Amino acid sequence: MAASKKIIPGFRFSLGITMFYLSLLFIIPMLAFILYSSGMGMDKFISVVTDERILHGYYVSFLCAFVAAAVNGFFGIILSWVLVRYDFPGRKILDGLIDLPFALPTAVAGIALTTLYAETGWLGQIFHELGIKSAFSPLGITIALIFVGIPFVTRNVQPVLRDLQPEAEEAARLFGASEFTIFKKVIFPELLNPLLTGFALAFARGIGEYGSVVFIAGNTPFETEIAPLLIMTKLEQFDYEGAAAVAIVMMLLSFMVLLTINGYQRYRLKKEGIAV
Amino acid sequence: MKKDKLVRISLIFLAVSFIFIMLVLPLLLVAKEALAKGFAVYANSLTEGIAVKAMILTLEATVAAVLFNTIFGVASAWLLTKYDFKGKTFLASIIDLPFAISPVVAGLFFIMLFGRMSPLYPFLQAEHIKIVFAIPGIILATIFVTLPFITRELVPVMEAQGRDEEEAAASMGADGFTIFRKITLPNIKWALLYGVTLCTARAMGEFGAVSVVSGHIRGKTNTLPLHIEILYNEYNFTAAFAVASVLVIFAIIILIVRNYIEWRSKKKISAV
Amino acid sequence: MSEFEVELKNINKSFGDFKASRDINFGIKKGRLVGLLGPSGSGKTTILRMIAGLENPDSGDIFIGGERVNDVVAGKRGIGFVFQSYALFRHMTVFDNVAFGLTLLNKDKEFINKKVNELLELVGLAKFSHRYPAELSGGQRQRVAFARALAPEPKLLLLDEPFAAIDAKVRKELRQWLKTTINELGITSIFVTHDQDEAIEVADDIIITNKGRIEQVGTPADIYREPNTSFVAEFIGDSIRLDDISKFKGFDINEDNTSTEGIGGIIRPEFLEIAADESEASMPLGSEEGKVIATYFRGNNIQVDLEVKGEILHGWRSLEKKPLKRGDKALVFIHRIYSFKNNHTTILENRGKLKDSVII
Repeated sequence: MAASKKIIPGFRFSLGITMFYLSLLFIIPMLAFILYSSGMGMDKFISVVTDERILHGYYVSFLCAFVAAAVNGFFGIILSWVLVRYDFPGRKILDGLIDLPFALPTAVAGIALTTLYAETGWLGQIFHELGIKSAFSPLGITIALIFVGIPFVTRNVQPVLRDLQPEAEEAARLFGASEFTIFKKVIFPELLNPLLTGFALAFARGIGEYGSVVFIAGNTPFETEIAPLLIMTKLEQFDYEGAAAVAIVMMLLSFMVLLTINGYQRYRLKKEGIAV
Repeated sequence: MKKDKLVRISLIFLAVSFIFIMLVLPLLLVAKEALAKGFAVYANSLTEGIAVKAMILTLEATVAAVLFNTIFGVASAWLLTKYDFKGKTFLASIIDLPFAISPVVAGLFFIMLFGRMSPLYPFLQAEHIKIVFAIPGIILATIFVTLPFITRELVPVMEAQGRDEEEAAASMGADGFTIFRKITLPNIKWALLYGVTLCTARAMGEFGAVSVVSGHIRGKTNTLPLHIEILYNEYNFTAAFAVASVLVIFAIIILIVRNYIEWRSKKKISAV
Repeated sequence: MSEFEVELKNINKSFGDFKASRDINFGIKKGRLVGLLGPSGSGKTTILRMIAGLENPDSGDIFIGGERVNDVVAGKRGIGFVFQSYALFRHMTVFDNVAFGLTLLNKDKEFINKKVNELLELVGLAKFSHRYPAELSGGQRQRVAFARALAPEPKLLLLDEPFAAIDAKVRKELRQWLKTTINELGITSIFVTHDQDEAIEVADDIIITNKGRIEQVGTPADIYREPNTSFVAEFIGDSIRLDDISKFKGFDINEDNTSTEGIGGIIRPEFLEIAADESEASMPLGSEEGKVIATYFRGNNIQVDLEVKGEILHGWRSLEKKPLKRGDKALVFIHRIYSFKNNHTTILENRGKLKDSVII
């Protein structure tokens, strides 16, 4: 067909590479997983995922990831604001450091945070004196997930804040609005979408995170076991079906988080689109 | 105004303390713990046979992941930005999917594909091919986890640059390879390098997926992060942190390179 | 052999639900400079891109130099294309940009040097050969794009909105330069524009597009004087649209003596003769009475807006004549109207003029 002719040559070639690679490294392994899991049977699946220890694992993963993403949402806004609007010595270094959790292997972060927050650690001591257990508690898990999620919100919000047109702010200022009102009414609504994107990514990442958490968690059943750890435990017991069952629910949880937030963003965009 | 200044100082203070406590302190701690028993012990922990082997395997997996994902990243970004075709949005979301999958689950995929329960297993066994609990599995898992990185860096840049230059070259009779080499590549080289550093960082430090497929055979299928885990769990903290310090140095180098690249590409943009 | 250098036959093209081209037919003779003129979304750029091979028609045939080129890829059609954005290769110098097409043809270095320098001389950019596109002004970039398109000596030059991204002041200059240069080179050229002044000033022939169709093909003068369709009449020149022309003196019946009631039409400012009083009017009897609403000084004349029988008309008045001001009464003689019937335009002359001439 003439209509399917492409102007820039190389369509088939790049399509070929892309599809071949995706199939080999992603689609086939995923299908293998689906195929294997579908042989498990509903009874087995339900008995695994409704096991109380597993349910508690989901609960810990979900809750800690949520709190960590929320903390990162708060600090992400502050960090973006400080990096975009203020000039101060060391700003560039601060900006460069934000990406550290992307660059630093999670296992390194894991052991460093564990030692830092252990009862004898630099920060653990302080918590200990206050009577709070930081490492080997849900608080420790949350701290590790905050570490992992730091770049997500900041790196999404920062460019939007930087490219914001000053006119709307100036107009509000001419009406005599206070700086806080300007932020709340004029700036923040613009930042909400990238904030949500960053939040969703940090949240989803937190649900699946393993390396940085496994050391600091302590891994006590019914207390500090996270869902990915439960998959590992099942694997070590050669219970592959159980591992698959835990994994399916975990994947569904992450997808739900991403879809919900994506859906809300679309709803917002649509609403605003009509208002404009 | 005085109040503005107060807000400003408190916000900067808050931001700096957050980053200091969350990011800088752990780095300082790694340095302190690594050198806790003196430099000799530090150097020894790094030059010991198992550590060196782990370093080599990490290097192999990283090089493989970067190499293959670069080819894939460039091809897929070119495909997604230079052509319109049915199913394009679907393809783009498939490529993004590994981001939403826990590394542990990713490792599980490969266990299911090549492990004992797989229909491929009898064949692999007969041919004496070991994939999971062996080096190929580690490399595959690493590639999987870093699969979308380069595509994701390239697509927005190539989208913004449009197709005009490529179409102009095509209308003058240039073939696909010439267009890519002479027109596209020079325009995307900074974004590509940026993606490569991201991919390198993640590949080097991948833990969860590799942990699942490695089977923890010491000295044979351990990458640096897994080696750290074993040392740590054996209460050999100094050695664990010594090995960790190597990865910290790599991470800092990657950060510096990233920032340099960003600075370079911004300079180019502001020149235009 | 066809008499046309470029010919499109029964071309149709859709993008999804949007019909960009509907049954396009036209031919362009060798050496002509043709303007594709139409409002945005009228399908003019699609036509240009289909000729270039940058889009493919859903149906129909495209001929270049008598050869059907539908299945010939863009790079082999022997065309030079100047993109609206210029699409200069941003990381190449001016010299390398212009040389690009020649290096693809595997020409030797000496030839390329000579040819590129010649072209840079032609476009007046010899001194800028080592600059990068980012270091040039809009007009200079446009000329680089022009030189780059010409380098491989194409049979046909296509330009997509060549002046759209240039400052108004430079644009005027560049238009004339482009017209003379293309005429000197004698290369068949097609350019796309939404600016009627540009098309009228630059093109030898104009093709007017609207909603994916071709409305009219002709020289600028023909199209201006005898618009075929109501769209063309309204689009070209300064026009005032009327819903019913029968209310004006001298336009109550058609040429075939049928009533013009309910027939719409268009009046151009130059069709109006505005007089301050009867002594000034050349045809006082056939004139309508109007009230001045506003006047605008326009340098070499004055534009006068008037209300005449409930319609707002505007015309021009010489600076030599007695000035009119808002609220003044004036006499307006309408020389002619383009009347519409079934989307076809006929020129109606004021019948009063005929009678008056008989009396004289």
